[in-house]
Amino acid sequence: MHTQIPIKEGLFTWPSSKPQLLGSRCSRCAEATFPAQPDCRNCGSRETHIVELGDRGTLWTWTIQTFMPKQPYHSSETEATFAPYGVGYVEMPGGVRVEARLQPNTAQQLKIGMPMQLAIIPFRSDEQGNDIMTFCFTAVTEE
Amino acid sequence: MDVAIIGIGLHRFGRSPDMSGMQQGASAVRAALADAGLSWKDMQFAYGGSQDAGNADSLVNELGLTGLQFTNIWNGCATGGSSLHAAYTAIKSGEYDLGVVVGFDKHPRGAFNPQPKDWGLDDWYGETGLMLTTQFFALKTQRYMHDHGITEDALIRVSEKAFTNGSLTPTAWRQQKLSYDEIAQSAMISDPLRKYMFCSPAEGGAALIICNAEKARQYSSKPLYLKAAAIRTRHYGSFEVFAPSQAMNVADAPTVTASKAAFELAGIGPKDVDVIQLQDTDCGTEIIHMAENGFCEHGEQEQLLRDGATGINGHLPINTDGGCLANGEPVGASGLRQVYEICVQLRGEGGARQVGNNPKVGYTHVYGAPGLSGVTIISK
Ligand SMILES: [Zn+2]
Repeated sequence: MHTQIPIKEGLFTWPSSKPQLLGSRCSRCAEATFPAQPDCRNCGSRETHIVELGDRGTLWTWTIQTFMPKQPYHSSETEATFAPYGVGYVEMPGGVRVEARLQPNTAQQLKIGMPMQLAIIPFRSDEQGNDIMTFCFTAVTEE
Repeated sequence: MDVAIIGIGLHRFGRSPDMSGMQQGASAVRAALADAGLSWKDMQFAYGGSQDAGNADSLVNELGLTGLQFTNIWNGCATGGSSLHAAYTAIKSGEYDLGVVVGFDKHPRGAFNPQPKDWGLDDWYGETGLMLTTQFFALKTQRYMHDHGITEDALIRVSEKAFTNGSLTPTAWRQQKLSYDEIAQSAMISDPLRKYMFCSPAEGGAALIICNAEKARQYSSKPLYLKAAAIRTRHYGSFEVFAPSQAMNVADAPTVTASKAAFELAGIGPKDVDVIQLQDTDCGTEIIHMAENGFCEHGEQEQLLRDGATGINGHLPINTDGGCLANGEPVGASGLRQVYEICVQLRGEGGARQVGNNPKVGYTHVYGAPGLSGVTIISK
């Protein structure tokens, strides 16, 4: 039986039926960052706390990765099975723009300002056959 | 204490299969010394760096073990600019009169593959394919075009100019002109940037002999003066490479702050500059950097490029030797290649690519990961 393991603890709530991205917010200046970090990049304070950044956002900018990246890229793909993927920054209700893989992977499907939905997806398999899960954003289809 | 540049040397960018990166650095130093009419034993200090071709201070094995102060500099794509800045302050402080700045590199073929740990990031960021400089430049360009009404036409024109200028530059790596259509139809690499809109890692070396301006005439009949050198890093909120997240409020890029600091030091403004070198890792960044360095307003680039203003015969000549696009980017050497080209232009030695109107003031700008810029202003 294979288990679903997050690629890194603390990036998103998991397991969850409605996963949320996790970041940190500064107790002094209220700026948020992703991923969570113990210190604040804005004011230098060390008083930060973990917060949910949300599961929906707005696409701020995008591109498409058309070639398979070299190491440190580590997926289960080969040059033959590699599929282009979208990359973008998504503006989150938690007050930060998060860089993420995007499931839409053609220029026709992507537009600055479009609503995006968080999804937690299997990214690769480890030696035991477990699914290593990462986060990405998909286009919102229903409103 | 004012600072003069009295010797310039370049080891041709591109591929030198029979030479190590270090040897290309030594070749550039020898050329700069010859240009200044000086020898290695005259050098009191050296600053230098490379990313992939070894520690610069090992150059003494090739050039001579003279006991000089030699400091290695590593600052990403701004390594050359940072080495020059260090030399500038060494002279300004009065500690030294005469020294050399050198940068060289030799990268494996293909895109760079930076490692997350070297940049204070976790492995997942690289593993999931988010840590590519090409992506960042595409993301920044995409947003910039959206905000400022820049179209693909402007991107194509930057590339067209770069390869035209490269074809006029005997030391350039890429000397083949490309037509507008060839560029427009080249493969889309990272939307909106196509194949001929990106520079490639390469090889090469560049060196400068720097001296106390009061003594410059002893050595050179054609000294140039380094009026300003400034390095700045990113502020909170500036949109930079290798950033898993960005703040909502966009702050000025380090290029803006470095540029302002340099103009202030030199006591002049963008309108006083006659010939310009801007970091053109790709066509989008050249366009963005035109405005970030104060040479136009955001959005004006579209018309300026259509009018040919940034060409060799335009009123805002940018990257007269073809820039990174036509020369490739040996990281350690790239920023010094820019200074080399500005010196060539100010001396009037540009040959087929010489800008007209007897240029008196030149400007160089580098930008590197994870968000730093270096600017110099050079005058006759
Ligand atoms: Zn704070």
